[in-house]
Amino acid sequence: MAQLPLVCWFQECNKDSVPLVGGKNASLGELINAGIRVPPGYAITTEAYRRFIGDGGLDGKIKEALEGLNHEDSAALDQASDYIRGLIESCPIAVDLEDHIAEYYRRLSKICGLPATPVAVRSSATAEDLPGASFAGQQETFLWIRGVESVLEHVRKCFSSLFTARAIAYRIKMGFAQEEVALSVGIQKMANAFTAGVMFTLNPGNGDRSMIVIDSNFGFGESVVSGEVTPDNFRVDKVSMEILERTISKKEVYYTLEPAEHCSRKLTLPKERQMAQSTIDKDVLELARMGKVIEQHYGCPQDIEWAVDKDMPKTGNVFILQSRPETVWSCKDQDKTPTQGPKKTAMDHILSNLMMGKKLS
Amino acid sequence: MGESKRRFPDPHEVEKIPGTEGWERMFPYQYQFVTDDPEREQYEKGMFWFYDGLHYPEPIYPFDIIWDEAWYLALSQFNTRIFAVPPVYGVDHRIINGYIYISPVPVTDPAEVEARVAHFMERAGYYYENWNKLEDQWIKKLEKVISDLEALEIKPLPELEDISVVMEGLGKSTGYELLHAYDKLIDLGLLCWQYHFEFLNLGYAAYVTFLDFCQKVFPDIPLQRVTQMVSGIDVIMYRPDEELKKLARAAVDLNVDGIVNSGRKFVEIKDELEATSNGKEWLNAFEKARYPWFWTSTGTGWYHHDKSWNDDLDIPLASLCIYIDKVRAGKPIERPMDQVIKERDRITEEYRALLADEETKAGFEQLLGTARTVFPYVENHLFYVEHWFHSVFWNKMREVAAILMDYGFIEEIEDVWYLTRAEIKEALWDVVTAWATGVKPRGPQVWPKEIAWRKGVMDKFREWTPPAAVGTAPEVIQEPFTVVLWGVTNESLNAWAEVDAAGDPESVNQLKGFAGSPGVVEGFARVCRTVAEIGQLKEDEILVAPTTSPSWAPAFQKIQAAVTDVGGVMCHAAIVCREYGLPAVVGTGHGTSIIKTGMKIKVDGGTGKVTILER
Repeated sequence: MAQLPLVCWFQECNKDSVPLVGGKNASLGELINAGIRVPPGYAITTEAYRRFIGDGGLDGKIKEALEGLNHEDSAALDQASDYIRGLIESCPIAVDLEDHIAEYYRRLSKICGLPATPVAVRSSATAEDLPGASFAGQQETFLWIRGVESVLEHVRKCFSSLFTARAIAYRIKMGFAQEEVALSVGIQKMANAFTAGVMFTLNPGNGDRSMIVIDSNFGFGESVVSGEVTPDNFRVDKVSMEILERTISKKEVYYTLEPAEHCSRKLTLPKERQMAQSTIDKDVLELARMGKVIEQHYGCPQDIEWAVDKDMPKTGNVFILQSRPETVWSCKDQDKTPTQGPKKTAMDHILSNLMMGKKLS
Repeated sequence: MGESKRRFPDPHEVEKIPGTEGWERMFPYQYQFVTDDPEREQYEKGMFWFYDGLHYPEPIYPFDIIWDEAWYLALSQFNTRIFAVPPVYGVDHRIINGYIYISPVPVTDPAEVEARVAHFMERAGYYYENWNKLEDQWIKKLEKVISDLEALEIKPLPELEDISVVMEGLGKSTGYELLHAYDKLIDLGLLCWQYHFEFLNLGYAAYVTFLDFCQKVFPDIPLQRVTQMVSGIDVIMYRPDEELKKLARAAVDLNVDGIVNSGRKFVEIKDELEATSNGKEWLNAFEKARYPWFWTSTGTGWYHHDKSWNDDLDIPLASLCIYIDKVRAGKPIERPMDQVIKERDRITEEYRALLADEETKAGFEQLLGTARTVFPYVENHLFYVEHWFHSVFWNKMREVAAILMDYGFIEEIEDVWYLTRAEIKEALWDVVTAWATGVKPRGPQVWPKEIAWRKGVMDKFREWTPPAAVGTAPEVIQEPFTVVLWGVTNESLNAWAEVDAAGDPESVNQLKGFAGSPGVVEGFARVCRTVAEIGQLKEDEILVAPTTSPSWAPAFQKIQAAVTDVGGVMCHAAIVCREYGLPAVVGTGHGTSIIKTGMKIKVDGGTGKVTILER
């Protein structure tokens, strides 16, 4: 039995790695292995979590604190949660684990060519298949984290998020053993987005699967995802890989990095940039190529978040941040395109087509 | 729909051109829009007539209208009376100031439509099922009609009939034979056009159905992608050009390219070539290629002045020289067929993979298969009819004209086109009866005057710009021929109406047409109104033309994009540009009138937009 790793690069993960690195990290690995450029990063494995909980005798204390709790006694739940989270967040990480995390962080910074590269620290839970478990510590995300100390601190914050009062109550109610839970954490380079947005590998307007539609704005993707701006819109033909349509909109705001705060802030876009094309054609086509690969990999249309990173060399600065199956049109497949009943032969098609004719107005 | 109805002029209110009063007598009477027959006037107002600029980029001559009449009959009979296309009868024709307008006629009674369905399924079904066999038969019929035409003799009238008329007891004269030959000539023309439409509309119907199927499943699919899926079949339309390429290679191989490509006329190089054995060998190859392949018209073949290569060997010679230059420079001149086919298969596979379910996949396969079956005919008929048959036919008519000229009915051969075919028959009667009787005919006092007046009228017609359409645009068009060839779609009509509304060509900076072939290019425009002007094209210019035909092929070796006034996704320019990987926007309606040579323009073959960047 090989020793399970404490940390591993995203590219070493795939969809079968969920027990070790959780769903989020596994899917990032899956994308990288499908040939997609994803901001580089690594996973702190569930093995590392178990080691951390076991090493300092934390597991015993946690078990004790949870003994005999009633899932409806919210006061007691809050108290237990505060106590356990305090324990986790103040417990030093064992030297070898700390060394692993720090060494990988150093290498990541080197890859990115940045001293103490800013990263996102994200929980990546293994229980994604549990309906209703989505609040159990999976949502914890800390952005613009820099330096080893800060990374370690936020990794512990992710770990501790497994023990919110709500998560504890849920496990009691469902009869899950508290010691069964585990969590992986992803450490990923923050895409310092020059431009960003979303991409669908179909036309969300009409469901045309031969199209790719991309929305983009300057700065981080928040402005596009939240709908705060009318983004630039590109329609790319998936088969010929040509941009069929560019709609450049007036973009009034954008999100950029607040260096002091390590967070993004909303700014007004200067007048002269408002009508500028936010993503160059070359990058639009690169995105479309990636979209096509991702769709082929998963076998269904995708809803994708992306960014063009200004920290990265021009030749490889287009990144995919996230990809999910597109749901709206994929559910509509049942009520197919309007045809008139089943047709047996080409003749049937030709006849019904003649009958329909071409609409002129 | 909340859209405003597009407005087109009332056909009865189109301006009359001063000085042309009485022009109506130059054309068949049923082609006139009328106001003295309330029922017919109402019908004409309610129909949608659009200018058939694809076939008639200029006003039609009184004789040349023969082909319009021929297809008026042929297309309509196949729709209405032979295959019983359920929702549509034929295509009606009118003429305004010498320009042909056409309108598909819908079947309005639902019960009638229903009744036609069973007939259509049986009749058209038979054709689709036996397409290849029937098409082979068609080629034989065409070859027969063409050989009959070539064999037809137009004999001048002798002073005294040959003694053999007596010795063989023939019992008829050359005068009678002349009338008979003329009738036969006209008859062969009409027969050829009967055949022309035997398959064409079924071909278009199958093609349009595949197109619409693709557009239903992929609402944004560019039309050109659909034609790409059925293209790549080696069609006859390209043969003339292929022959030129072969001759260019042969000239280089035989080391006579220096003579061939010396900037002289064919008659001048011919003597020099005769002098050497290599030259002779090349000339033999040239002669072999000429028949039938140089019966390629330099235009669409619809007009008498569309000369064929055989009529003027300097035309193919000029193209040959373009190819010789390329061969010498080591550049490829062959059509990239392998690439076309590979790309076609890749595209087809990608779309197939995106289809959701088995039923859709099955429909796609069936329709793609049918479209690929019909496609060669859709392409090939052009060479047999419009190029080969027409080119020989015009020359036979010139033999008839020579006789009329001899008797002083017309001043020169090319005047004959100003007479209708019925008037020519009457004139020939005048000639032969006067010849038989030994008296002067009446014609010389009648026709030259009339022809001089008609020439003036035609000149005035030429200066006039016909509206893109008149009458009332319908909600739906169901006639397949109309749909494909003129691309009368929502989009193009709106675009045309917009430009018409703008009025001043100076104020128009963008034209919308069909996305004929993908790609975006910026460059300088060169407007070529006829194939004779393609010699002026410079490397990397953008060709702007009314429409193109196989004769224009060499132009595509020089240009980086093409824009045409008329044509849909199946037009020559779109097909050739797709093969050569050049962007093309076709069917802009007004390209040659708005774009001027030297303007910097941007052609986006993916969206069908042409933008004027610098005037």
